[in-house]
Amino acid sequence: MSDIRLDVIAGRERHICRKAGAISKAGSFSETGAVSDVVAVSEARAPGITCDTDSVAGAVSQRACVFCGARVVINPIADALHLIHGPIGCSAYTWDIRGSLSSGPELHRLSFSTDLREYDVIFGGEKKLYAALTELIAKHSPKGAFVYSTCIVGIIGDDLKAVCSKVAEETGIPVIPVQSEGFRGNKNAGYKAACEALFRLIGDGGQAGRIKAPVPLSINILGDFNLAGELWIIRDYLDRMGISVVANISGDSRVEQVAMAHTAALNVVQCSGSMTHLAKMMKAHYGIPYIRVSYLGLEDMSGSLREIAAFFNDPKVIQQTERLIEEETAAVEPELEFYLERLKGKKAAVYVGGAFKAVSLIKSFRALGMQVAVVGSQTGKQKDYEEIRCESDGGTVIIDDANPLELAQLMESLGVDIFVGGVKERPVAYKLGVAFCDHNHERKKPLEGYTGMLNFAREVYSSIASPVWDWVPRPRLAEGSLNHG
Amino acid sequence: MAKSFVSTTNPCRLCRPLGACLAFRGVEDSMVLLHGSQGCSTYMRRYISSHFREPVDIASSALSENQAVYGGAANLKQGIRNVVAKYSPAVLGVATTCLAETIGDDVRMAISELMEEEPALREITIVPVSTPSYNGGHMDGFNDACVAILENCAESGDQRGEINLFPGFVSPADLRYLKEVMASFGVAPMVLPDISDTLDGVIDGSLNRIPTGGARLADIRLAGSSAASIEFGQTFPESQSPALFLEKRFGVRAERLPLPIGIRYSDLFFESLERLTGRATSEIHRNERGRLVDAMVDAHKYLFGKRAVIYGDADFVIAMTSFLVDLGIQPVVCASGGGGADYLADLEALTSPLEETPALLARTDFDDIREHSREAAANLLIGSSKGNHIARELGIPLVRIGYPIHDRFGGQRILHAGYRGALNLLDLLTNTIIAREEAELGHGYSYM
Repeated sequence: MSDIRLDVIAGRERHICRKAGAISKAGSFSETGAVSDVVAVSEARAPGITCDTDSVAGAVSQRACVFCGARVVINPIADALHLIHGPIGCSAYTWDIRGSLSSGPELHRLSFSTDLREYDVIFGGEKKLYAALTELIAKHSPKGAFVYSTCIVGIIGDDLKAVCSKVAEETGIPVIPVQSEGFRGNKNAGYKAACEALFRLIGDGGQAGRIKAPVPLSINILGDFNLAGELWIIRDYLDRMGISVVANISGDSRVEQVAMAHTAALNVVQCSGSMTHLAKMMKAHYGIPYIRVSYLGLEDMSGSLREIAAFFNDPKVIQQTERLIEEETAAVEPELEFYLERLKGKKAAVYVGGAFKAVSLIKSFRALGMQVAVVGSQTGKQKDYEEIRCESDGGTVIIDDANPLELAQLMESLGVDIFVGGVKERPVAYKLGVAFCDHNHERKKPLEGYTGMLNFAREVYSSIASPVWDWVPRPRLAEGSLNHG
Repeated sequence: MAKSFVSTTNPCRLCRPLGACLAFRGVEDSMVLLHGSQGCSTYMRRYISSHFREPVDIASSALSENQAVYGGAANLKQGIRNVVAKYSPAVLGVATTCLAETIGDDVRMAISELMEEEPALREITIVPVSTPSYNGGHMDGFNDACVAILENCAESGDQRGEINLFPGFVSPADLRYLKEVMASFGVAPMVLPDISDTLDGVIDGSLNRIPTGGARLADIRLAGSSAASIEFGQTFPESQSPALFLEKRFGVRAERLPLPIGIRYSDLFFESLERLTGRATSEIHRNERGRLVDAMVDAHKYLFGKRAVIYGDADFVIAMTSFLVDLGIQPVVCASGGGGADYLADLEALTSPLEETPALLARTDFDDIREHSREAAANLLIGSSKGNHIARELGIPLVRIGYPIHDRFGGQRILHAGYRGALNLLDLLTNTIIAREEAELGHGYSYM
């Protein structure tokens, strides 16, 4: 296997590695850039990618910030007031950003800001925060409020906790500060801040103590945000299995529901990057065990349902679970077969926010007869990358905190047919004549569950098989990857 | 009247550095670096890219906790080095964010130190611009960046007959049209910023690190020796006016006009070109005007008395209001997340002859717009896609124009400017109204 040579920014070399072993139909690798700038991405026999560090200055990282991490995790709680204490941009760019659906109230789809101005930066924003919280709670009667701090609040030193306590006392609803100053790390730090804020809501902030008799056959769903109604699909499965759900955190959830989360028997964690911290805190404090699951792809979906059933070890639940898996699989398999025949042998690149999703995507593509040639994440940690490495085929390039230049070079040199990512990566793929599948906030069709896998296959096929690519010159792509259809 | 709130609900303006990023994007062979935390650049890239559907690379100095406490100059310098190494731009815009401004980093000093340390960087034109997000909005940043580019690049010289065009924030389609109009007067203007290609590019199977197009640096240098500047937009102060900057420093005559949207303001643009060039408007454009008036007559009964809400950037709202007034549509709410005294005065002058005085809102948010729209029994919304929730709630149609359009396709190709743009808007407005009335009647039209 020859090395791929990439032109990367100094300091990025160790964020990219390649799994040893042959990659089938390896592309020809371009060599570009000055020698000193070029990093050879070679076989990594031992795990050891550099990750979970600050982004390199001057790199066009695809990552957002601490605030963003916290905001997207908590925001789907639909009957809470989500107030951003900061300047206008933080609020403008995250307004209804995730498209999390609610079956009831939709307060979370409004974007509230203290809209800090120069005066507030100089003289402090506490008074404005107090006034904003008070007037908004009076206007909207939320069941609780979260106050997110942003970069400048961390610098000017407003005492969020004090203001929140005061308003909580006056209004009688929980008012919880979220310590999410943008510069305090990367998105992972935001997830942690979110988990800590959520924990303060659960069981009256720990006052409740351990529950002697949890709700029978009950779980909390952690780390599903109900994009395109995905949570409802999962809840339907659980219902048919005979499992009840105490709280969804945070898709389609309510303040009261989250507050009761300590009464569940098990925490089921998807999107482990964002929610494992909360599961660990709940385990330590309330003794609730947790398992990690994924609802993406048939293999992981069925495996996850079986694991939930196995935890309760209830014969009826197990029987109902097996029946559900059989029915749902049978319902989608014929159409999936159609796509498998047409997609097998194609190559994909995957670049997503969380590493756990990447692992499921490798399996999903494999189920379609496809191979993932590049896989990366914004916020993966060492053990996540090890998991990715285990799941990947030999020759796969693994990349942490990538930027558009690196992604473009990888797409070109490996000759991928489709790129899976978020809306920032979409035009990069398209300009290269590479198909695209949106697996981020903007998706409008559910990708979780059995129907989700079908939607995924349809989307992959509808982009790869489109005749438009015949009109795009693709001069720099590796040979052998020109025919999509 | 809606109650006035301390807080903002659903912002109707974007932050200052985003405007700077858009303006730098209109300079050939340029990159922009935001001095701040990583999230700012990622948010803005997404926000811009979702509208234009183009790759939008914005670098960040990626400040973290240490720099927030001890200063971010080292990160800024490293960031500049890295951007230059990988993108090799001719022009590098460095815009600040609220974080950099609040910790008090001296960007100019850091850049001049860097030039000392790395003489090779002197080949690059680095343009710093101060854009704290807690002061003003995206149009401030947009204008600040334009003035900063001229301050750093424009030179004096023997006067030539050229004309500069400072179009403000208009669509790539508008820019292409404006250049076509000026070409019909024999003018090839220096357009700053020119995002017509950089934010609406072609596809050739490769990724240019910096997209093709934009105002050429050589032409920007010559802007100081042009005969005149035409500038659209009249609501921003002198210090933010590229045309007035050139007039003051180099004596280039400034013609400040409203955005040429709708018939009366397009007339002002054509009259200005006739004056500056001494040439008459060509038959092509005279005929386009003729067809516009013809269509206004054909459409008038569908439009008269309709109650419209218009929102967006201050100058855009003024220009659209003028067109609505000329069409017989009653503006009931005119609203901007920006705008000051001049904006309100212009709107008052435009709407004072009307039977009904609209609500004129400056520095407002979408919640206020929603309240006023409901109170005014509006039946048409006109503006960016960010009013879509109001349209849903009030059950009235939204005509998507301006920026951003995140929930529909082709926002970058909407033509608003000139007679041709007015005709396009007229068709859009009229058909939206017809479709809604047809849906309300419920039995379908065969003829109109």
